[in-house]
Order: sequence, then structure tokens, then C-alpha cells
Amino acid sequence: MAKLNVNGRVIDVQVEDDTPLLWVLREQLELTGTKYGCGIAQCGACTVHVDGVATRSCAMPVSAFDENQKIVTIEGLSPDSSHPIQQAWLALDVPQCGFCQSGMIMAAAALLAATPRPTEQQIRDEVTNICRCGTYNRVLAGIQRAAGTAGAAG
Amino acid sequence: MNAITKPSRRRLLGTAVAAAGAFTFGFRFPAPSKALAQGAAAPATPEINAWVVVQPDETIIIRIARSEMGQGTLTGLAQMVAEELECDWSKVTTEYPTPGQNLARGRIWGNMSTGGSRGIRDSHEYVRKGGAAARMMLIQAAANAWGVPPAECRAANSIITHTPSGRTTTYGAQAAAAMRLTAPAAADVPLKDPKDWKLIGQPVARLDTRAKLNGSQVYGMDLKLPGMLNAAIHACPVFGGTVAAVDSAETERMPGVKRVVRVGDYAVAVVADTWWRAKKGLDALKITWNYGQHANASSAAFREVMVQGFDAPQAAVGNRNGDAPAAIAGAARKVEAVYGYPHQNHACMEVMNATAIWTPERCEVWTPTQNGEAAHAATAEAAGLPPARCEVHKIHLGGGFGRRGAVHDWVRQVVDIAKQMPGTPIKLVWTREEDMLQGRFHPVTMAKMTAALDAQGNLTGLHMRISGQSIVAGIFPQNIRDGRDPVVFQGLNASGGEADIGYTFPNLLIDHAMRNPHVPPGFWRGVNLNQNAVYLECFIDEIAHTAGKDPLEFRRSLMANHPKHLAVLNAAAARAGWGTPAAAVNGLAVHRGLCVTHGFGAYVAACAEVSVTDAGEVKVHRIVAATDPGYAVNPQQIAAQVEGSFVYGLSAALYGECTVKDGRIEQTNFDTYPVMRMVDMPKVETIVAPTGGFWGGVGEPTIAVAAPAVLNAIFAATGKRIRQLPLQQADLRRT
Ligand code: FES
Ligand code: FES
Repeated sequence: MAKLNVNGRVIDVQVEDDTPLLWVLREQLELTGTKYGCGIAQCGACTVHVDGVATRSCAMPVSAFDENQKIVTIEGLSPDSSHPIQQAWLALDVPQCGFCQSGMIMAAAALLAATPRPTEQQIRDEVTNICRCGTYNRVLAGIQRAAGTAGAAG
Repeated sequence: MNAITKPSRRRLLGTAVAAAGAFTFGFRFPAPSKALAQGAAAPATPEINAWVVVQPDETIIIRIARSEMGQGTLTGLAQMVAEELECDWSKVTTEYPTPGQNLARGRIWGNMSTGGSRGIRDSHEYVRKGGAAARMMLIQAAANAWGVPPAECRAANSIITHTPSGRTTTYGAQAAAAMRLTAPAAADVPLKDPKDWKLIGQPVARLDTRAKLNGSQVYGMDLKLPGMLNAAIHACPVFGGTVAAVDSAETERMPGVKRVVRVGDYAVAVVADTWWRAKKGLDALKITWNYGQHANASSAAFREVMVQGFDAPQAAVGNRNGDAPAAIAGAARKVEAVYGYPHQNHACMEVMNATAIWTPERCEVWTPTQNGEAAHAATAEAAGLPPARCEVHKIHLGGGFGRRGAVHDWVRQVVDIAKQMPGTPIKLVWTREEDMLQGRFHPVTMAKMTAALDAQGNLTGLHMRISGQSIVAGIFPQNIRDGRDPVVFQGLNASGGEADIGYTFPNLLIDHAMRNPHVPPGFWRGVNLNQNAVYLECFIDEIAHTAGKDPLEFRRSLMANHPKHLAVLNAAAARAGWGTPAAAVNGLAVHRGLCVTHGFGAYVAACAEVSVTDAGEVKVHRIVAATDPGYAVNPQQIAAQVEGSFVYGLSAALYGECTVKDGRIEQTNFDTYPVMRMVDMPKVETIVAPTGGFWGGVGEPTIAVAAPAVLNAIFAATGKRIRQLPLQQADLRRT
């Protein structure tokens, strides 16, 4: 039993305490935009925001959360896909298969929230999510576009 | 604690994926009950023909027989239909016909397989004809209504105009009448001259991007059917082993667990209300395995088997001219080297998964697959039902790379489980660990390369002896003739095919001693081109070095008969600035390496720029790639495929290795099977240079040029030849 604050709503969930947040989101709350890729905090497919910080939800038990921590998933990032990262992604056609992209977008959005004009090196160092389709260069360009640093020297 | 989700919460969140029929973004998923009632053969929507549906509101639905797995095929195929249809592109959406419908309609959509970079190149003609025929029928319908000859009408942007009178009508208005007309025979459907294409060749935006930005794209793993249960599975980690005994007492007491079931003789699955509980239950099982005859197999032992193949008298010939052994015997100087390429896992971002419902009358499966028809055949076989009583619904893939094409092991598993629980939908999702251990791996091979030089340093002969695994022997053994797997020689064949060698040698012998380990092989993006390009292109560099020649000049001297290979090589070298020194980066000298190959019908070349620190750290700074796929349907998607190919190819070159110990794969997740991340990613410059007249693939060939170009650049930087992948095993410290 846990109380979670997800996408602006406080919700009770009844699950075993050790259930990872990822599976509570996907199975109890049916927010399936957040993906399972590895389960060991390696790939970032499960990235959500916890109080604005990019967090790999597969490795965090639901018991680590209470209703005071604001959890935001890809479904709650913006009501109409209007977040600057989503807009940049659309303009550059970033996704290929798309499976990693919820996590990529959440990682990128958290980076920009903390560092509005990141250098190229900061982007490369901080967005460590795995994309097997290989969208990295478009992810990089998308973040720079959203940050208004496209074309600027890294 | 069984009822863990109250319906009210779903409404509260407002984003629930409630039932299979509810999510539509271009694609429709029939709810199971509806699909069961309809039968497989009923078309989802009234159609002009098999490829085109026009709705009264002017929406154009284009049917796509191949699978979208990220490569952009969906958009490219729609562009080709729309080019001939002359419809309003902004109104285009797509849907997958099902394999069951394809079977019932005499394979009207042709082959559904999506592999070998064939999505577009194999079907371009008949999909364009599908669009053209629909246009002809819509025009005919308008002409009939107006009582004028169709030759006086033309169509553009979904509007039909009677040219002499200026009258107009729309596709939506004519669809109902057009549907009732007889379709023209394929021979009577002319296609546009490529020079008149308006949509093909344009960098149009993908049709499937928006849903991938907000979490609404549904993947197989996200599927939820009413009453569905979830399954997690563990198969014997030693290939060929079986289950001896299962102690499931603890698992059966765990919350949410419904059943523990055997799957075939080799796996055990736990079925629970949620997947996480199924997985926890799986972890608590005590399984005793019969490891079988391969319990002691190892990569090291298999390497010995491959080395013995170097001198084996029995070998299948792939390409031969002149007498290479004689040239080598009489050489003034010989160059010899041994190369090797390891097993690798596809590691699709989305693990294997499928959902099935089985009743004694019927079986339906929902799964991400590269080949709907093969998934359908696997379903029927596992279900024990005739194919006409089975259906497969394809779902967007979270990566395929060849893993989801030829072998549908996970589909058989889910049907096996569902069969043990009739009427209950079962969703099977593998753990990443299962996905790593139960892959269908990149084949393991080695090559012994021998070149003969005369006293002047001219190349007089080459012998390439490949030894090792055959994918075809593992997957389609019926296609092996006299011990020969023709696919092994990808990129090494004599001219005239889709994967030809780019050089002319005075004497040449390329042969293969097949040696198959117990590890099951798979078609892995790039397939055999990957290792063959490493072997040939690095060795060509070695010969050039031994002969004291520039690697580009040396290649050119052998390429006079291979102008298309030469053109892409020249383009990549010129753009990269070959012949002039590369600018240093952070005080480190940057060196270049080249590679050229031909595979999947396309010509590709790359020039990599690399630096290596004194501590031996390799950094790939920039890669210039040139590709000639004949026709370029969507240049921006080709550029995306080339970039992505370098990520896949460089991941393999830098890190990719699955090793066998005690009969099983040792790497279990991304911590032990590292892949490339953004920090490793070089700048990629893509030159798309279509020369026309042929159709080549773009999803795979570029992968093969990544590793050799980087390895050759590393040699230029360090003087060290790396002949065994991956690079992370190599010691490049300056001594
Ligand atoms: S699923 Fe959480 S990091 Fe991979
Ligand atoms: S877009 Fe496919 S894994 Fe990133």
C-alpha cells in the first residue's frame, strides 16, 4: 500500500512494498509510456521525473515514495505534446522505433530544467540512456534546438 | 490482494489503455471478441483495392504489409503508394493487413517479411501499382458519373478534374463507386517515370512520430486485453537442455500467482495477475535442469574448432578465379593474418513479448514481428490448429534487427502457455536476462587471410578461408546444399548480385569451412556482411601497408571493374579530406581509415576519423558515409538509417561480445553487455548518392563499414592491427 503523486494526482496503490515504481506505473496505473528495458538502472527506458529529477523507476521500490514527491511520467510531461523537447523531437523526426524515446525525452527535459543552455559535452555526459536504433545525433540536435543552442559551439 | 486496480483510478488518470480496440494512431487493433466473431478474412474497412482505402471524409488509409521497427519503412512504402495514387499526403494514415487476411486472400499483399533491408526494394513495383490502380479506378468512377472519357480526367492531391470542363470531384466522393469497379489488370497499370516523382525522393516527415513523443504509441509489451494474465519465463540457459524438475511450492503461495506451467520440455513459466508478480514468482522457482550434451561447451573450445577449419580439405567455394593457391605458393612475399568475429546479441530495446488467446476453435496472437506470415505459421503450429483458424496482429516493434524475423520462439511459447489456460488472454514478456541468454546470436566465425605479392609488391593472389558458423544451417537447414551456405559469402561474391566484392584480383579463392557451435544463430542486422567486411577491408589495408601503398590508391588499383563501389569510396574519401591531415582534437592526432562494401543491393563506403590516447583509449570523432541505394525514397530517413547503423555497428565493434562458458551465454544485461551511448557517438556525415536503375536497401549495409573503417584508422594511429572484435578486448596502450 502506497500513496503516490503521479502527474498531479494523489493515488493509492496496493502492491507489495518492493514492487519497482516502474511496474506500479505500468501495471497498476496503466501508464505504459514508461518502458521496461533492463530493470537494473542501466538503459534509462524507465526514466520519469521525481521532483523534477530524472529517475530510473525500475530500480526504485514503490515504498521509497510518498505523496509529497511529485512523480511525472511521459504522459504528464505536457498536456498536448507541447514541451519544447517534444516540439524539437517532432521537428527533427528524432524517434526511430521509439521504444527508448519516452525515457530519452524525460532525461532531456530534466536536463534542460536544471541546465537551460547545456554545452554539447554536458548533454553527452548527462543523457546516458541507451538507444539501440541509434538516434543519438538527433537527440543531441533536438536538445540543442529546444535549448536554443543549435549551431552554437559545444 | 488480487484486485489491485480499481477502475476508478483508471478514469482518474485518464490515460488508461483500457482495451486493445481503444488505441488508434493510424493503426487499428481489433478487440479479440470482435476479431473472433469476424473471422480472419473479413477486411477491416471497405477498400478500393488491397492497398488503398478511401473514406468519405477524404482520409486515405494505405495498407502496409511490411513491419515498422524504426527503420521508416512504413513512411517510405506509404510514399510509394501515394506517389501513384496522387492523393493528399496530409490525409494519409496506415494500417497493417493481418497475415490471416493475406492467407485468406491468396497472399494479395505478397511477402510480409521485413528483413534483409527488403521492405522497400522487394515490393516497390507492386505497391506502386496498387496506388496507380486505385487512382485509375477513382478516375473511372468520376468519368462514369460525368459521362466523359477517363482520358479527359486527371487527379492530383485527391481531387479529380475533368480538364475540358473544369469540373472537379474528390476521392472521398468517388470512393463508394470506385470500389464497385473491376480492377485493371496489373499489365494495364503503367507506372510513372522516376523523373516525374513528386513524393518519392522527398524528405517527408515520418507518419509515426507523434505517438512516440507522448507515450501513446502502443508496443507489444504495453498491450492489455480484458481478463488478461501475465507470464514470465525461464528457459534452460544451456541451449538444448531440458527441465528435470520444478519445485514451485513457494511460488504458488506468492500473491497474484495463478499457475506455474511447463513450456515444451525446456522452459517453465509463471502466470500471475501482473507481470511483476509473475517475475517474482519465477525468481522463487527452484528448477533442476538437464543441461544435456553441451553442458561444458565454451567459446575458447569452439575457437579451436574454427582454427582447425583453416586447413580443412573440405570447404565450400564462394568465389574463385585463377589459381590462388598456386599464386601463393609462388609468391615473392606473403601476407597472412587471422581474424575473428564473436557472437553478439541483437539486444532490441524492447524484449521479446507476445500476447495470445487460445480456445479449441481458434488462436489469436498479438506480437511485434518482422514477419507476420512466419509468426502466423508458428502460431498455427504451436496452437495445433489449421492456419485459417489462427490470426496474428502485428504491433509496432521496439527494435527488430533480425531477432524478430525468422524464428518466433517467443510466439510458440506464449501459445503453449495460453493453450494450457484456454480462453484466458496471456501476455508473455521476457526479462532482459532471458532476452540476453535466449538470443539468436550473430554467427561466430574466423578467417585466415593469405595474400601473395610479387617482387614489385603487386598483389598476385588472395585466399580467404572463412571458418565457423552458418546462419542458414541453424535456421533453414533445408537450404544447405553440399555443405554450402551461399549467404556466408555476403559482400564477397562475383559481380552481378546484391552483395559483390569490389575488387578484381588476378587469382582469388574465397571458401568456407562450416563449423557450427551449439549456440543458435540468427540474422543479425548486417548479417554476414559485418564480419566479411572486417576480414576483407582490414586485410586489404594490411596488404597496402606491406606493399608500401596508400590504402585508397591501393584499393583504387583493384577497382577499375567496380565503378559503383569506387564511386562511393571516392565520395567518402573526398568529403573526409583523405590525403590531407585531419585536424587534431584536444591535442590528439586524428587518423583516418577507409572501408567499402556492397550488400543488400546498396554500395556503401566510410571514412572514420579516430584518435587514440597514450593510455589506449579510442575516440571516434567523425565518420563520413557514402551510400548508393539506387533510388532514394526518403533521403532524410536514409540519413537516419545511416546514423543509426553506425551506432549499431560501432556498438558491435567497440563492445559487442557474447561468450559461452559451461554451455551458456555469460552476458546477462547491459552491465555485462555494454552498448554505445551518446558520449561515444561520433559526428556522422551522410552522402546519399543514388545513381538509379536498381533498388538497394539502406537499413543494414552501412553497419558493416563501421568496424573496418575504425579498425583501419586505429592502425593508422597506433600501428597496431586489431583482428579480433570487440575492441574493448584490445590493448592499445602506447609502449
Ligand atoms: S529499465 Fe530502468 S534503466 Fe533500464
Ligand atoms: S528509437 Fe529505437 S531504441 Fe531508441
